[in-house]
Amino acid sequence: MSNITHHIPEPMLAAYAAGTLPPVFETVVATHVSMCAACRAGMQAHEIAGGAVLEAGDGADLSDALKSDVLALLDGPAPEDRPAPKRKGIYPGPVMAALKNREPRWKSLGMGVRQSILMDGPDGSLRLLHIPPGRAVPDHGHNGIEMTLVLQGSFADETGTFGVGDLEVADEELEHTPVAGEGLPCICLAATDAPLRFRTLMPRLLQPLFRI
Amino acid sequence: MTVDMTRDEAAARTQRPVRFVKREKRTVTDGQEISDQTVWMLAVRDARDKAAFARLFDFYGPRLKGFVMRGGMDAALAEEIVQDVMLTVWHKAAQFDPERAQVSGWIYQITRNRQIDTIRRTGRAMPEELKHEDEHEPDAGQVLAMEQEAGKLKQALGRLKPDQRAMIEKAYLGDLTHQEIREQTGLPLGTIKSRIRLGLERLRHELKELREP
Repeated sequence: MSNITHHIPEPMLAAYAAGTLPPVFETVVATHVSMCAACRAGMQAHEIAGGAVLEAGDGADLSDALKSDVLALLDGPAPEDRPAPKRKGIYPGPVMAALKNREPRWKSLGMGVRQSILMDGPDGSLRLLHIPPGRAVPDHGHNGIEMTLVLQGSFADETGTFGVGDLEVADEELEHTPVAGEGLPCICLAATDAPLRFRTLMPRLLQPLFRI
Repeated sequence: MTVDMTRDEAAARTQRPVRFVKREKRTVTDGQEISDQTVWMLAVRDARDKAAFARLFDFYGPRLKGFVMRGGMDAALAEEIVQDVMLTVWHKAAQFDPERAQVSGWIYQITRNRQIDTIRRTGRAMPEELKHEDEHEPDAGQVLAMEQEAGKLKQALGRLKPDQRAMIEKAYLGDLTHQEIREQTGLPLGTIKSRIRLGLERLRHELKELREP
């Protein structure tokens, strides 16, 4: 865990604390924070800053009955809690939550590469990717931001090497070809806010089929 | 426990939890530099003190309502949020950890969770929780240091130019997207981060001891 060298960019951490990240990116940030003490500290620092803003702002008068209503409810039953999913194997709690506590359902993308789609909608997509050692993810660019978090194994691309817990944030400028490292297959959590576009003809034709 | 006690009685009662802080570790005189809000919150957490909760409500209730209304919410819905958030503060008090959080930051986070839950069906993606065991003894020095850092942050916020301050308020209100928060916020978060990390390291150490007795 202490070997993590690629972290969440500061503005994204601030956006997570403020609750403005789309769910697909929010899940990646929550997963990285589950693995990384440095980013957890950063997230909590932003919460403290949010609290300072809350505390410094002007108040608004409350209705007369609100306080007595709330005090009267203290002895009542605690509201039901959404139980926080726990880590299972290599999948941290937020990934298990996105998986609805089930095993990933892998679908082949060819060449031994597999994916399991966790979320897919107008706000982006979130998937698990399974890449055999030494194998490349098809060359691709993207229209928006892509976040890739390593859960097992490693990958390397034009920008560096990424091991367990490392997070790569790529924007539309980066056309990269991640290649899985030797050893265990590389399993990553990948989020994009726009469909990936593959540069070779075949995968582009297959794109609607695989929803990638 | 009744809520209609006199101010002095309430003060005496809410002072009590300060003493849970281990004296021998650092020199802590009663109440020194620990904010009222933290003292009240610890009284709620450790003694289920309703008078202290009433004080937290008086302090945060109006601020919370103003905060969510600045985010564009109408008054009736804002009061619903205030009610839910303050009840969560009461019911989840055990999760408050003064070594890593400030009451206002903890309440801020609960508020954002509550607001996101109203917008989305699936709720907010949350990191795994790190849990203290019951017999955890807080480190007074760490709690004081966190208070001091948070105090410096508040001063820094107060010193910003009005337009900068408005920008930061917008960011934490959730009115800016992550693309819009490109620049560093300009707030000195570095020392707070290292303080929180100390708290986390301590926690990790404790958890390790629990696992390997």
